[in-house]
Amino acid sequence: MDHTSNYEPKSSFAKWWDDRLPVMRLMQGQLIDFPTPRNLNYLWTFGGILTFCLAAQIMTGVVLAMHYQPSAAEAFNSVEAIRRDVNYGWMIRNFHAVGASMFFIAVYIHIFRGLYYGSYKAPREVLWIIGVLIFLVMMATAFMGYALPWGQMSFWGVTVITNLFSSLNEIISGVGTAVVQWLWGGYSVSGTTLNRFFSLHYLLPFVLAGLVILHIWALHVSGQNNPTGLDIKTKADAVPMYPYAIAKDAVGLFAFLLLFAWFVFFLPDYLGHADNYVEANPLVTPPHIVPEWYFLPFYAILRAIPSKLGGVIAMFASIVVLVFVPWLDTSRVRSAKYRPLYKWFFWLLVIACLGLGYLGAKPPEGAYVIWSRIFTFYYFAHFLLVMPILGLIETPKPLPKSISASVLPSGGGGAPQGAAAAPETR
Amino acid sequence: MTSEVEDPDRRDFLVIAGNAFVAVGAAVTLWPFVAQMNPDAGAQALASVEIDLSPVKEGQAITAMWRGKPIFIRNRTPEEIKEAEAVAIADLPDQSARNDLLPETTPALDANRVKDGKVNWLILIGICTHLGCIPKGQAMGDSRGDFGGWFCPCHGSHYDTSGRIRKGPAPRNLEVPPYAFVSDTKIKIG
Repeated sequence: MDHTSNYEPKSSFAKWWDDRLPVMRLMQGQLIDFPTPRNLNYLWTFGGILTFCLAAQIMTGVVLAMHYQPSAAEAFNSVEAIRRDVNYGWMIRNFHAVGASMFFIAVYIHIFRGLYYGSYKAPREVLWIIGVLIFLVMMATAFMGYALPWGQMSFWGVTVITNLFSSLNEIISGVGTAVVQWLWGGYSVSGTTLNRFFSLHYLLPFVLAGLVILHIWALHVSGQNNPTGLDIKTKADAVPMYPYAIAKDAVGLFAFLLLFAWFVFFLPDYLGHADNYVEANPLVTPPHIVPEWYFLPFYAILRAIPSKLGGVIAMFASIVVLVFVPWLDTSRVRSAKYRPLYKWFFWLLVIACLGLGYLGAKPPEGAYVIWSRIFTFYYFAHFLLVMPILGLIETPKPLPKSISASVLPSGGGGAPQGAAAAPETR
Repeated sequence: MTSEVEDPDRRDFLVIAGNAFVAVGAAVTLWPFVAQMNPDAGAQALASVEIDLSPVKEGQAITAMWRGKPIFIRNRTPEEIKEAEAVAIADLPDQSARNDLLPETTPALDANRVKDGKVNWLILIGICTHLGCIPKGQAMGDSRGDFGGWFCPCHGSHYDTSGRIRKGPAPRNLEVPPYAFVSDTKIKIG
């Protein structure tokens, strides 16, 4: 990306500082002058929203850790005390618990945005793969965080998920058991397990923050994709990040916060499970163990395969396959806007994922299992069959000459007109 | 590129030895950080438990604890025993007896999962071999699944009256813990 910082130190101190640590120059170059495509729609505001989510989770989480006690005897009560006794604890705790769900809503929209507009295609492969890593670390963090209240769902969720590794016994006898006991620090899930999960739950968000910096760095090297999927070719295709993209991001963020706050203040427990307000009991399995909603599609894939090892492999493969998407998609056109056939398959994928999410919450029997298998099949077929084959046989629609030609009535080439980029028209 | 191969000299030896030393040192340093997560001696030194079976009447079941795991103890009825003994080995998804005191190749006959002369007592680790839930079937009124044994509600595994997997995703039969009768009505597990 060809861009430079227009930073000019305004005082002698700023000049002195800039010669020694040019952090202001870096900030101005990356966050103010950075050229953004002029046609970005609101789906591109989710990067900023996700950055906000991570910061909010870290802030509320640090506060919660001041009041939480990571022991099997005290964990459940300390969470209840946070909700009832700690000043504003109810609000901070709700922000953290609901925040996890909001984080995942945003990340799923962000991922599907990338899939629709081909944001994973060259030269953004590394950017995309770092994104997949972020998603994985996010899932690990959320999983360990959900263990901390030490309710029935916490306990049994940990039991079921850590036991996934015991399927390694089917490859080398005894290895799975050894790994699971190593994770637990005992022969069953216990306070020892809770304690280490707490430690890792505090650590991983900072790993995430590091990965996010790499993600943004990679983004600022290749530049943002946009609804046309075309590269920025002339100055007229781009607008500076501030105020244009920043202002748009702010509008998106505030709309998102409206939804966020609605859940925090009016439906704080709606996205959770009532059983998690029963303290963990190693002798009673809840009649129906379900993970949090954001894991349901993966849980459905796990249960769709009638073999333990097979189910575990399919579940992990469903994420690993995303790493290879940049090479599985053979189309030369990035944006699905100009791919008349792929567009339909994209929505089929969305339906399959939503369907798997619904089925993940249902008992594993009868028609639910059959539909889980159909959707699981499509999920993998989409990446392994549709993407490679469709790219070769599909005739894309003609692409606009440039980004500005796609949004400006004059056909582009002119100077930016007005503050906001013209809305995308279909 | 020269086709000539240089003879290893003293410096090559020092470099290889030095790097090997660093690698071994790194592994040795890393090991405590891995091993600290394993069960410690306190968790391993688990006393065995003795359980009195005399209050358990025919058809009843109790759940005991051993190593933090639930132990299913069922006093089986003659019909349940007959049902368990009648199953052909070929019908079983897992054909190993899964008895901790017998080799892994022992066939999953009912006789290999109980003690001689005490065939009414079925003693099992009550953890589903799929993903570690506690199967239903111990309490009165619980669903016992399609085969009259236990039913795991998490992912729908059915166990028969010998605790063998018959249907569902669980890969193995419920495990028989190491135990012995210390008297006619008392067992010692572990």
